Amino acid sequence: MPFGNTHNQLKMNYIAEQEYPDLSQHNNHMAKVLTLEMYANLRDKQTPSGFTVDDVIQTGVDNPGHPFIMTVGCVAGDEETYEVFKDLLDPIIEDRHGGYKPTDKHKTDLNPDNLQGGDDLDPNYVLSSRVRTGRSIRGFCLPPHCSRGERRAIEGLSVEALGALDGDLKGKYYALKDMTEEEQQQLIDDHFLFDKPVSPLLLASGMARDWPDGRGIWHNDNKTFLVWVNEEDHLRVISMQKGGNMKEVFTRFCTGLTKIEELFKEKGHEFMWNEHLGYVLTCPSNLGTGLRGGVHVKLPNLSKHEKFGEILKRLRLQKRGTGGVDTAAVGGIFDISNADRLGFSEVELVQMVVDGVKLLVEMEKRLEAGQSINDLMPEQK
Amino acid sequence: MGLNNFINCLTAPSTTFIWRDLVCFCRVKMASSFARVLSSKRKVGILSLVGAGSLTVGFFLNREQHVNAGAHVRRIYPPSAEYPDLRKHNNCMASHLTPAVYAKLSDKTTPNGYTLDLAIQTGVDNPGHPFIKTVGMVAGDEESYEVFAGIFNPVIKERHNGYDPCTMNHPTDLDASKIRGGQFDDKYVLSSRVRTGRSIRGLSLPPACTRAERREVERVVIDALAGLKGDLAGKYFSLTLMTEQEQQQLIDDHFLFDKPVSPLLTCAGMARDWPDARGIWHNNEKTFLVWVNEEDHTRVISMEKGGNMKRVFERFCKGLQEVERLIQEKGWEFMWNEHLGYILTCPSNLGTGLRAGVHVTLPRLSKDPRFPKILDNLRLQKRGTGGVDTAAVGNTFDISNLDRLGQSEVQLVQTVIDGVNYLIECEKKLERGQDIKIPAPISQFK
Repeated sequence: MPFGNTHNQLKMNYIAEQEYPDLSQHNNHMAKVLTLEMYANLRDKQTPSGFTVDDVIQTGVDNPGHPFIMTVGCVAGDEETYEVFKDLLDPIIEDRHGGYKPTDKHKTDLNPDNLQGGDDLDPNYVLSSRVRTGRSIRGFCLPPHCSRGERRAIEGLSVEALGALDGDLKGKYYALKDMTEEEQQQLIDDHFLFDKPVSPLLLASGMARDWPDGRGIWHNDNKTFLVWVNEEDHLRVISMQKGGNMKEVFTRFCTGLTKIEELFKEKGHEFMWNEHLGYVLTCPSNLGTGLRGGVHVKLPNLSKHEKFGEILKRLRLQKRGTGGVDTAAVGGIFDISNADRLGFSEVELVQMVVDGVKLLVEMEKRLEAGQSINDLMPEQK
Repeated sequence: MGLNNFINCLTAPSTTFIWRDLVCFCRVKMASSFARVLSSKRKVGILSLVGAGSLTVGFFLNREQHVNAGAHVRRIYPPSAEYPDLRKHNNCMASHLTPAVYAKLSDKTTPNGYTLDLAIQTGVDNPGHPFIKTVGMVAGDEESYEVFAGIFNPVIKERHNGYDPCTMNHPTDLDASKIRGGQFDDKYVLSSRVRTGRSIRGLSLPPACTRAERREVERVVIDALAGLKGDLAGKYFSLTLMTEQEQQQLIDDHFLFDKPVSPLLTCAGMARDWPDARGIWHNNEKTFLVWVNEEDHTRVISMEKGGNMKRVFERFCKGLQEVERLIQEKGWEFMWNEHLGYILTCPSNLGTGLRAGVHVTLPRLSKDPRFPKILDNLRLQKRGTGGVDTAAVGNTFDISNLDRLGQSEVQLVQTVIDGVNYLIECEKKLERGQDIKIPAPISQFK
């Protein structure tokens, strides 16, 4: 069970066939990969903190599939999950991340100087720019598996580190369970406040236990750098601002992350990272950079073009509504971001967004003027 | 085979084929030689014959072993760092789980490995219900009530109006011939229904069971139900396998249950692996219904249109006793003990687990300001016709017994019969323009 390793011995009283889940109605990455044989091989294993294969797959068993997107159907309970259950997770990672092999190495690059351009996206079209990622603190269990004590310790360490930030990064922490009515309303107005997860994908994995204990939101005084504590990951880090200066957003993102990492190291803690999987997060879909860099951009003409989907695909970008994943676009405004997470560095991914969005805006302008965009069609990246 | 060895067998790493057979063998052995003697209500007399002193001591000695037999809980932080924040909570668990109680129980597990944190998770995640004080904890197995008695007992006492599991015994009585009356005027009573639950001893309860255990519960129960004959003969509809037509028929009959959406249930882990090993059995006449692996191993319901509560209860008792006989033939039994009666997942359903009720039309009485007090004194509760937390439609109410533990099935059903008769009398009096009286409160523990 999630949040306990106490049951594994009990399960071993039954043979694998008796415990193997019924995945006949399922359509997620886990169901595609988990054969009876694989289940039989993995069922008696557990990570040092006691996370079992049944814990990994529970969310995928309980949620057969999403009508529009192929969900992962697995979560990690700790860093070692990706090692102990690699037979299950490696093929899922390969399928989800465009053929990423178990032997591949992931590049981390958080040097904003390596980003070319990105400071001149047309603010008449690009309404806002944002980069987000996640970080996990090594040595602690992840949200599906952590105890209350661990979650509180993660909160404590994070608040301490964030409290030491200064300059334009100086800010304040708002614990979900202690915030006043006014603070709550302000955070809602700023579009910062996150709520208890309602998605069954998250609930079934045990991530919402003990809500709102140990959860909170930190942001800088300028409201351009935001950290979520103990929501879907230990930390979710977000840099954002109005307009199209992605370079500035990314620079603050890198500076902030690097500073936070330093502050953690001073206290003897580090982030979960390895050269194969990059930054380790709860959901396998967020491995590598865990980075989603995107803009809210007006593309009323281009979005109606028959080749819109194809263009995005070639640019390695994806579209969402302005409410985030699974929402519809409102008024021709789209959330355009990188489709990849693993196998490309942070700089590479943001570069793709910057270059891609520049091209999309150019195409939009051409269509506005009644001109063709055929000569602008990109190659597959 | 000694209890200690038995437990060690279960927790050793396995070569699964051998251990599975051994576990089945042990379970039957244990049930027949030890637990059955002490737990069977029919053989309670033996205790007193043999000399309760020595046997009771032996019983309690072995219970101690039970308590310590579970695997160690992974603990990095002291209990004070793990104690939940219950300041905004209003449920029975929160009222009684002090830091001291938590510290004492938090590193214990049942032999199956169920922990205190698992038991209270639903109460931590659901601070309270605006109208009713929820229980806020569940049992993962039969031994939970034993290992975590330090928190379960005060919760049970609060929920069941002072019933003390340490000192009191719960009477079980399924002899329907003792019922007096029980045939209501069909002009007022539209339907009659009795429900309870039963758990299969030796298998974990819905919050904690593995997929294989859940499937085993299903197998044992439908095997027994297949042995029912006569007016009880029926058919099983597995949730995973039922056809579209079968599903529609079950919906039209108001038999179909769906995946729980209440966070009270989902936070306790009861909806895992849905709809695997869940299903509905009912007899051909559609008057006896069993839910498999919903909130309990089984929920058993007897019902019919009209006011013949006596017949509904007769069928209820007959069906339950038949099913019990059939599972015992295969070496299984229901979870039961003399303090808590029938063991179910939620402490609110201990004892009889019985809710006997009618859908009754009381257009005048329901508008009388004395109605709530009358119900209270009769130890009845009202609900809307959609069940708990629903509103009444028109003037038709669901009226049922308040109590579950401390009185027998016969006593509770008699209470409902006598009470509903009184309500109908009141309604008739009001029809004739006569006045009604609030009855004296009936005593709770008989």
